[in-house]
Amino acid sequence: MATLSPSVPALRSEFGSSIERHLVSSGQTVVYVTRDRSHDVLAWLKDTPGQEFNYLTDVTAVEYRDPERPLEVVYQLRSLGRRANLRVKVALDKRGTLEVRSVYNLWRGADWLEREVYDMFGITFVGHPDLRRILMWETYAEGYPLRKDFPLRGHFSRAEQTRQALAANPEAHYSLEELSIADAYGELPKEMQERLAKGERGFLK
Amino acid sequence: MGLSNPKAGHDDTTTVSSVSPNWVTTRLDFLTNWARSNSLWPMPFGTACCAIEFMATAASRFDLARFGMERMSFSPRQADVLICAGRLPFKLAPVIRRIWDQMPQPKWSISMGACASSGGIFDNYSMVQGIDTIIPVDVYVPGCPPRPEGLMYGILLLQKKIKGETFTDDSLRVEKLVGPSGLFLPAERVDELSEPFGNSISQTRSS
Amino acid sequence: MTLRTVEMALATPGVDAAGYPTRVPLGVAPENGGYREDLGAEHMLVNIGPQHPATHGVLRLVLELEGETVKRCIPHIGYLHSGFEKLGEYRQYNQIIPLTDRTDYLSPMANNVAFALAVEQLMGLELTERCKVLRVIACEMSRIISHLVWLGTTGIDLGAYTPFLWSFQERERIYNLQEAWTGARLTTSVTRIGGLMADVPDGWEAGLREFTNTFPKTLQEIDTMFTRNAIWIGRTQGVGALTAEEAINLSLSGPMIRASGVDYDVRKDQPYLDYDTYEFDVPIGEYGDIYDRYRVRLEEMAQSNRILEQALARLGRLKGAPINVSDPRVVLPPKSRAMSDMEAMIFHFKQVMEGVKPPAGEAYVGVENPKGELGTYLVSDGTSKPVRWRIRPPSFINLASLPTMCEGALLADVIAINASVDIVMGEVDR
Repeated sequence: MATLSPSVPALRSEFGSSIERHLVSSGQTVVYVTRDRSHDVLAWLKDTPGQEFNYLTDVTAVEYRDPERPLEVVYQLRSLGRRANLRVKVALDKRGTLEVRSVYNLWRGADWLEREVYDMFGITFVGHPDLRRILMWETYAEGYPLRKDFPLRGHFSRAEQTRQALAANPEAHYSLEELSIADAYGELPKEMQERLAKGERGFLK
Repeated sequence: MGLSNPKAGHDDTTTVSSVSPNWVTTRLDFLTNWARSNSLWPMPFGTACCAIEFMATAASRFDLARFGMERMSFSPRQADVLICAGRLPFKLAPVIRRIWDQMPQPKWSISMGACASSGGIFDNYSMVQGIDTIIPVDVYVPGCPPRPEGLMYGILLLQKKIKGETFTDDSLRVEKLVGPSGLFLPAERVDELSEPFGNSISQTRSS
Repeated sequence: MTLRTVEMALATPGVDAAGYPTRVPLGVAPENGGYREDLGAEHMLVNIGPQHPATHGVLRLVLELEGETVKRCIPHIGYLHSGFEKLGEYRQYNQIIPLTDRTDYLSPMANNVAFALAVEQLMGLELTERCKVLRVIACEMSRIISHLVWLGTTGIDLGAYTPFLWSFQERERIYNLQEAWTGARLTTSVTRIGGLMADVPDGWEAGLREFTNTFPKTLQEIDTMFTRNAIWIGRTQGVGALTAEEAINLSLSGPMIRASGVDYDVRKDQPYLDYDTYEFDVPIGEYGDIYDRYRVRLEEMAQSNRILEQALARLGRLKGAPINVSDPRVVLPPKSRAMSDMEAMIFHFKQVMEGVKPPAGEAYVGVENPKGELGTYLVSDGTSKPVRWRIRPPSFINLASLPTMCEGALLADVIAINASVDIVMGEVDR
């Protein structure tokens, strides 16, 4: 069942050492690229005739149970015309900064997908226009749920979680974009108000 | 009559109405409760799979109209019973609390399904372990999802409960608000209700 | 192979300069949506949801309105986030199957199949013939019930209350079949790794045949109600249109992308469960507006019916065939053998206590769910619980296109556009 995608030798000849390694698992090709050139590689895969991976199927991340293994950002690509798939991964060292360049300018579908990876893993996507939490609320303080050091039931006690949940004003969950005209402006955290006053429209740390 | 403020003067544990129950009040009770129980306008707070079974109960095969409940009130101001059909994550908790607070008395609530009653199969960081930690619940309908017949049985139980009420008892219509601690129940009680039990304790055993 | 939706000349007045379909005028619309700049009016912030009858679940839309026209639309999700992917890391593979029922709860059997296929790809298992046919039946039944809900609820959103009852009556017939097969109406958990939970009972095929014989009549009634209806056309044609390039760039899938003219159906492009041996057409739209999405979904239901008839014929030929692979490490041995043979007893014990163990590796399998391409990305480290279970959610990605479609539309159109995306919040939020 092991069929290597023809994109791999093409990538190697184009990017050389930026392609770290490749493997075939369950009949599907996986290519590891270095973080600094991940955006270039993905843009090349999208735009080059003969590759034409015009469809971004998925963006996600994986953290392994083995603490030595790095975090991986996974891009699942598809070429609709050639009916071909490819999986591109970027390995991020857990001890360093977890950030990678956003592919929003290549595929608009990456918008919410990258926001979800940020929400669940804490990986920042540089260049994303509006990187904020999407599934949890914006001021969620417990951490990044899909990390392996995050316990299944969360860090806080149930009573504390319930208290924090009930304390939230449903209307205060506005994005920075909406806040320019929201009534609940006065109830926002001070820090958010200051950033809004400075004209920031970017992501929360 | 029964409109005296229960908090004025006497303590909450022994609320005594100014009217003692007598033959007239029981006849009035019968009329009021009959009217209330047979025209409960539900506020369908449907979130997940139970909402689909709720819709199926309202549709033509099972039909909630025969209970007087076909008029779904999506505005809480005009609703009688809040049916929480589906799981409730913490992000949704202030929303259901606000909707419950917006409903005028007399109001009841039905917790439909395992997730609304106890958190169901979702014993994790994001799920409220039973809406009774957020709002008071009158009837719990177990099931995942409960069959439409099960929901209807729950509604019939609620009707029976309503028929047993009396307007002379003010404690029934007391608004149980979120306390100054920010919680509806005491913290220990919330933790106790949210503890895993039964099979879910063994689920996280690794192998 | 592909069927273009016909009769598009029905009431479309044509396309405008940008290539978007023009709307059928229902009356005299005030210019600029009624908004008067000279009055110095402000923009209005309108909050829809999360509790709202027309948001199809707990979705919150914040709209910035200039009169009746939407200037910005910002959806907020996460109100049904249940931590599925985190839970999956603490469950054995067969224990995850009941979790998959509850993501897209309108088509549970299709989700069960999607997850089981991913694990079987990881393990390199080859399914039996009868299992594949039954899984195709499960997927197509799920497609029909999901599209019926979409139809009923979209009708309600646009003011047509009756088809909701018709579609739910048809759903009840499929629910009867699901209940007879699996014991549950909605949370079916029909697949197991390597096979199915059980074979269909006696007389079940007759029930399904009766359904496939009478379902086209209901589709005809719905078609009569909507397709040439002036109100329906006025509210759906030209509204919420997306071009093919936009659809591809936004990673849409399912009827959303096909209505925009892109010929992408996972059943045809990457066949699974022997879909390439069935005869069926895939409806492709032209303008990508709500009307096209409606036509595509309606035709898909008719095609699903066609597939069901073919699958039933195959099922008849495979009477008595096994439904599970014969690998004892994956499928429980029959109880009589487990009680008498030592080896079978050990296999039974290991599977129940430890679960199925795929080899270390990863796999992504996409299937054509009614809402779009449902992908399951599994990473295994050789133990019985996955390292990562990722659901590639079609509704989540389709919903991300809502701001693009709503900007410039009227407030009433937002409801119609939201309905046409066909989302289920359990899958959007997981």
